[in-house]
Amino acid sequence: MIPFLKKSILPAVLLCGCMAANAETINGAGASFPAPVYAAWTYTYNKVNPAKDHFNYQSVGSGAGVSQLKAGTVDFAGSDDPVKESDLQKYGLLQFPMLIGGIVPVVNLPGIKSGELKLDGPTLASIFLGEIKKWNDPAIAKLNPGLRLPNQRITVVRRSDGSGTTWIFTNYLCKVSEKWAKGPGNAKDVKWFRGTLGAKGNPGVANNVAKTRGSIGYVEYAYAREAGLSTIRLKNADGAFPRPSAETFAAAAAGADWKNAPNFRVELNNLKGADTWPITGVTYIVLRKDLNQKTAGKLFGYFNWCFSDGRKQASAMHYVPLPDEVVSLVRNSWKAIR
Amino acid sequence: MNSSAVKHQNGGSSNSTAGGIHLPDRLFRIAAAGAAGLAVLLTIAFFVQLSVHSVPAFREFGIRFLWSTQWDTSSMQFGAACAIYGTLLTTAIALLIAVPTAFLTALFLVEIAPPGIARVLGCALDLLAAIPSVIYGMWGLFIFVPFMQEHVQPFLSDTLHLSVLPLFDGPVTGFGFLTAGIVLALMSLPFISAIMRDVFRMVPSVVKESAYGIGATTWEVARNVTMRYGMQGLLGAVFLGLGRAVGETMAVLFIIGNSETISASLYESGATIASVLANKFAEAEGLSKSSLFALGLILLCITFTIQIFAQLWLNRIRKNSGGGL
Repeated sequence: MIPFLKKSILPAVLLCGCMAANAETINGAGASFPAPVYAAWTYTYNKVNPAKDHFNYQSVGSGAGVSQLKAGTVDFAGSDDPVKESDLQKYGLLQFPMLIGGIVPVVNLPGIKSGELKLDGPTLASIFLGEIKKWNDPAIAKLNPGLRLPNQRITVVRRSDGSGTTWIFTNYLCKVSEKWAKGPGNAKDVKWFRGTLGAKGNPGVANNVAKTRGSIGYVEYAYAREAGLSTIRLKNADGAFPRPSAETFAAAAAGADWKNAPNFRVELNNLKGADTWPITGVTYIVLRKDLNQKTAGKLFGYFNWCFSDGRKQASAMHYVPLPDEVVSLVRNSWKAIR
Repeated sequence: MNSSAVKHQNGGSSNSTAGGIHLPDRLFRIAAAGAAGLAVLLTIAFFVQLSVHSVPAFREFGIRFLWSTQWDTSSMQFGAACAIYGTLLTTAIALLIAVPTAFLTALFLVEIAPPGIARVLGCALDLLAAIPSVIYGMWGLFIFVPFMQEHVQPFLSDTLHLSVLPLFDGPVTGFGFLTAGIVLALMSLPFISAIMRDVFRMVPSVVKESAYGIGATTWEVARNVTMRYGMQGLLGAVFLGLGRAVGETMAVLFIIGNSETISASLYESGATIASVLANKFAEAEGLSKSSLFALGLILLCITFTIQIFAQLWLNRIRKNSGGGL
């Protein structure tokens, strides 16, 4: 037994060791909102650059990703809500935006097609506060003259796990409804009214909306597309009713003041502009400033690839790549490590 | 065991050490003791770890953490009552359905079915126990929830007019306490049934045959002889089913609706301790994380108590019936 081990397994182990020394694995973890794109990116990057390091991204949630980064178990983290200034200082972290995506309310209303229903911010907030209980409520009917609204109870579907998607959505609701701001507020996990249906993850919400007649939920746009759910038109700050699409998300990204935002902390919700989708969020990459030079080089090589070759893939999945001028601002920010 | 006996068993192989216990045997003993000790060590470690991490939550909220119904991350107010309520309610529904069904199944397998059919059905029951819980969850979400929404809940509320009771008055979404309880019942059914089957088999055939001899029917024998004889064993089976239902996570997570509320309506969505833990852990930090650890500690205490009761109970029957089971 032992001679056999020595002859066959030992060389194999040594060989693996050598390979691992040449190409190391770089691990990231965090937000689930951009996870579909990150998974596609790491897959493609590893395939087109087989000699380079192996990149990995685990979709564990923004909070978990950032705490793993602080603990030093991963090399980069993805986060949907910007990390607090004090935490960036305290732990020596660098934060920059990676992608833009839209959150869309999705509905399950038999007889009403995708894009037919119109809502505005205060009405949406009232629905999610449980004040508007039926689909034929006068507040909804007023926004939708000519649309036959069913006399059906509204079932609100929302995230049951803490999530960046909820953070972006409640951030929007705070901006359009004082009652929401004073009540549930803006957090990754808020106190919902009694009778809502909680589901885990974007796919969970999409599935529960698809299964429950008369329901309304909110998901990242890619998940709404994938599940074939009906989206709505939502009144923006200019009073227009845009449809959710990559173009209207990009319009929101273009309207933000990236240059003067410390650590790229911008909010894209409820911005001005006729074509602007009102619920749009930024997802960030967070790094430790005390990275060693070698790993830093590899990471920036990868992120550069994401900003250039990766753009097409992200667009195909209905996420919005950063505008060019923002990408150059991001590259400038990397000097803090280099 | 002395060294000569060991040598004899090994056929006097050359690896033996000079004197004392044989080396492989000594290694084996150490490994066995280590493996057994690991179980105790792990249990203690779990308790200590959970207790240490839940200290901040108990320090902040005190003992009222146990009955506070708040679970609000944005204002950092936490309480365990909703989750405990959901856990107990779904478990109660599960046992209410699973225990009679398991009892009838076991009775059929032992007393009524011909041996061939009993063997096939027994295998099917064991296979049911082997299905991973996440499969139950997926089945629950994709097939059972729509079925509850379209058929069962309207039938209970409208056809049977049970909606006059607060229990059956609520949103008809298919999700909620009732659905979770039914799926839990299906999951714990094979475990309860398997033990009940063994209990019934332990009843000496002499006793049963004499009952049949004086003209008792199958039901009379089952009720007055088999059930009475195996009562303690049956209760042990219920305890084990209880243990399974209390800690179940994935299946419940999919179908309970995940909202931290206490409601008399079985149609309302709720949460259990395990589902709250699975939902909130990834994004929790600080006080909310500590509160989750406190929830975990409560769950561990509940399951521990149930297990201890079940073991004590089963030991008592083993003693009374002189082995078997």
